[in-house]
Amino acid sequence: MPSQYEVVVELKREVLDAEGRAIRDVLRKTGATAVEDVTVSRRFVVSIADSESQTYVENLAREFLANPVSETFKVKKLP
Amino acid sequence: MKIGLLQFPGSNCDQDCIDAFRRHYSMDLQTIWHTETTLPSVKGIIIPGGFSYGDYLRSGALASHSPVMQEVVRFAGRGGPIMGVCNGFQVLTETKLLPGALLKNASQKFICKTVALFGESGSSAWHKSLKGSVTRLPIAHGQGRYHCDEETLAKLTDRNQIVVRYSSIDGKFSDTSNPNGSMHAIAGIVNDSGKIFGLMPHPERATDVLTGGSSDGLRYWKSFIDLCS
Repeated sequence: MPSQYEVVVELKREVLDAEGRAIRDVLRKTGATAVEDVTVSRRFVVSIADSESQTYVENLAREFLANPVSETFKVKKLP
Repeated sequence: MKIGLLQFPGSNCDQDCIDAFRRHYSMDLQTIWHTETTLPSVKGIIIPGGFSYGDYLRSGALASHSPVMQEVVRFAGRGGPIMGVCNGFQVLTETKLLPGALLKNASQKFICKTVALFGESGSSAWHKSLKGSVTRLPIAHGQGRYHCDEETLAKLTDRNQIVVRYSSIDGKFSDTSNPNGSMHAIAGIVNDSGKIFGLMPHPERATDVLTGGSSDGLRYWKSFIDLCS
């Protein structure tokens, strides 16, 4: 039975999230004036063989799924 | 002399490079498919623009892991000259042959227009041709915003690795002349050896005034050919 891990990749805080900003601006213009900020991230679900652990997925995230120049990632095992 | 031209699924500026070299330099580029595990005998490599692998994951990310790129990294290690245009620049940063990353344009829009580029000081073949002058090339990209950390930017500046920056037609810098929000208005950089050049604008689309609006692209290609010779 494969294990499933969720990998969420986000832009680093110091990087302009232009997409998030555009969404925030449209939300405000359409009446959602209580919205203060929006950031956009990407979620991957990686299924791996039981012979490997979370470290394996973290390495995949670090080497491949996230670009360390501009992004950070978090890995969580799914139930 | 043979110069190689990589082709990935989704590359779409390869034919413009082939046409430009045939028409202006009577040279047939050697096309190299992404699955190749050996390189032909070439003096330089061009990585063309387009949407390799559909820009899936990140622009240039999947292409950077293709079999041919492992050979290109070895070619770079032997001092081989490489020129990456648009998606090619993205592939070079993803492969870590150039520092930094190309992110979504600050405006969130795909921008297709002619821009002015100011040539910075430096010692690479491209610097020597472009230094102090303003050239005009078209850009066509949704992810061209150059980004790096402050330490990398300091190194690029101190070591004169920035080749061209987005500017006004009279060589001045401002937010309005920076089409995509690139850090320090960076449009193109070289690596520390000066043999690998990545730029977002398209010199292969500016080799003929009639079709490109300017022939300034020839100055970029001539520098590359001279470096390969």
